[in-house]
Amino acid sequence: MTISELQEEIVDEFSFFEDWMQRYEHMIELGKSLPLIAPEFKTEDNIIKGCQSKVWLHAELKDRKMELTADSDAIITKGIIALLIRIFSNQNPQDILDAKTDFIDKIGLKEHLSPTRANGLVSMIKQIKMYAIAFQAQMNTPSQ
Amino acid sequence: MAFDVQKIRQDFPILHRQVNGQELVYFDNAATAQTPQPVIDAIVDYYSTTNANIHRGVHALSQEATEAYEAARQKIQKHFNAVHPYEIILTSGTTEAINCIASGYASILQPGDEVIVSAMEHHSNIVPWQMLCEKTGAQLKVLPMLQNGTLDMEAYAQLLNARTQLVFVNHVSNALGTVNPVASIISQAHAVGAKVLIDGAQATPHYKVDVQALAADFYVTSAHKICGPTGVGMLYGKAEHLRELPPYQGGGEMIAEVTFEKTTYADLPHKFEAGTPNIAGGIAFGAALDYVNSIGLEAIATYEASLLAYATAALEQLPGITIYAKDVEKVAVLSFNIEGLHPYDVGSILDKMGIAVRTGHHCAQPIMDYYEIPGTIRASFSFYNTKEEIDRMVEALKKAITMLQ
Repeated sequence: MTISELQEEIVDEFSFFEDWMQRYEHMIELGKSLPLIAPEFKTEDNIIKGCQSKVWLHAELKDRKMELTADSDAIITKGIIALLIRIFSNQNPQDILDAKTDFIDKIGLKEHLSPTRANGLVSMIKQIKMYAIAFQAQMNTPSQ
Repeated sequence: MAFDVQKIRQDFPILHRQVNGQELVYFDNAATAQTPQPVIDAIVDYYSTTNANIHRGVHALSQEATEAYEAARQKIQKHFNAVHPYEIILTSGTTEAINCIASGYASILQPGDEVIVSAMEHHSNIVPWQMLCEKTGAQLKVLPMLQNGTLDMEAYAQLLNARTQLVFVNHVSNALGTVNPVASIISQAHAVGAKVLIDGAQATPHYKVDVQALAADFYVTSAHKICGPTGVGMLYGKAEHLRELPPYQGGGEMIAEVTFEKTTYADLPHKFEAGTPNIAGGIAFGAALDYVNSIGLEAIATYEASLLAYATAALEQLPGITIYAKDVEKVAVLSFNIEGLHPYDVGSILDKMGIAVRTGHHCAQPIMDYYEIPGTIRASFSFYNTKEEIDRMVEALKKAITMLQ
């Protein structure tokens, strides 16, 4: 699926919830189901600044697509990460750079996050796009 | 007069609003206390009737504003039992008061001098002293804490020596609520000729503080912790110490005479009050002290102790709970964690249920490092909180545990 199709899917999924408690419960479930990050990538270098909880994000390029793994010590934050990984992992870097991120507003995520968590979310997306820029540059450099 | 919490709650308009569709339960009083109607009225009245710049106008409004501002200073002086009104410097808050002293000692301390900071301080009572030590070459010594959440007083006695110039300790820890033995800390420091600054931001909402009885050299706090407005606070200093220090900021109000060759500084307290102050804030600070005194700080302390005991007993029933500094003398603050749950997750769910607590390191990272935790959940109570509100928090915590585990 394309990034925008995945975003539509998530917006649909969240539209079924009647109240914020249900949305939180869903985020927590997503957080619990997030695949584990390899321990060697849980390094200081991979920590994203700007979150009250710790977030580790690792990116690799496989077959011209960017693969993301991540973790957090807080479960709701992990739920947010799970959504981002569903959308951005296994996409090509240019599509990630071109992607809009308005799904965050559409699922009402931002207004229900505390300011510190909303900042953390912005930092996470920024970091994903930074990886995409780096990989894009790497692919455009002719190999020796 | 019996302590009537329902009557007191009528004085606080904010307690009647809803948050996330639920009636607000406000347990973040250690961060900022709520504002009662008489304090709100003092601010509104000032801007509606008296607003003018102080200390320099010849006209009626300026004189009335000056009188009201200086009357507030006298209220603060009486409340904290300072000898003179001019020993009360009105600042923008605790942080500015600390920075004012730190900046003053930058021209006094010498390399080789030592300053002691407790391991239990708020960052605002750590960083200015680190900066001071960097500037002067003085050495920063840390007064360690113990597992039970108190200061290691044996280590303190060993840290003190003839090179010790300054000691900085909070009266009450903001992250744990521990009441520190400041009178003893001060007398031991004085025995080696050191001066002591007490950060009273977390003590002054709960206790009547007498700066002379404590023999504090400097004592600082913020109005907004004591039902006053934000942006105003107090620096108390013994007159002889304050006179010894250079001014903090240059500007209007703090001068006696200005020529391009030489400026002479005004006497206390104006030497430390450059620029137009927070006039409405200062007046409202006075109104806030009137308000808490009308209830009585002793009555407040007794009631808050009953809330703390009730909440501690209720929380202890929850599975996997750790309460920090549980068995020591403290104010009505509960700092805790639930096994396997991140404080941030718990705080987020409580917020959805209308309950305001603080989560995180509470600007006291050294304490969190000491306990090797990312942070705590902190519920801090005030005299307008009720046992029913504590019951609601306990129910919300049970819900959070079910959701998160």
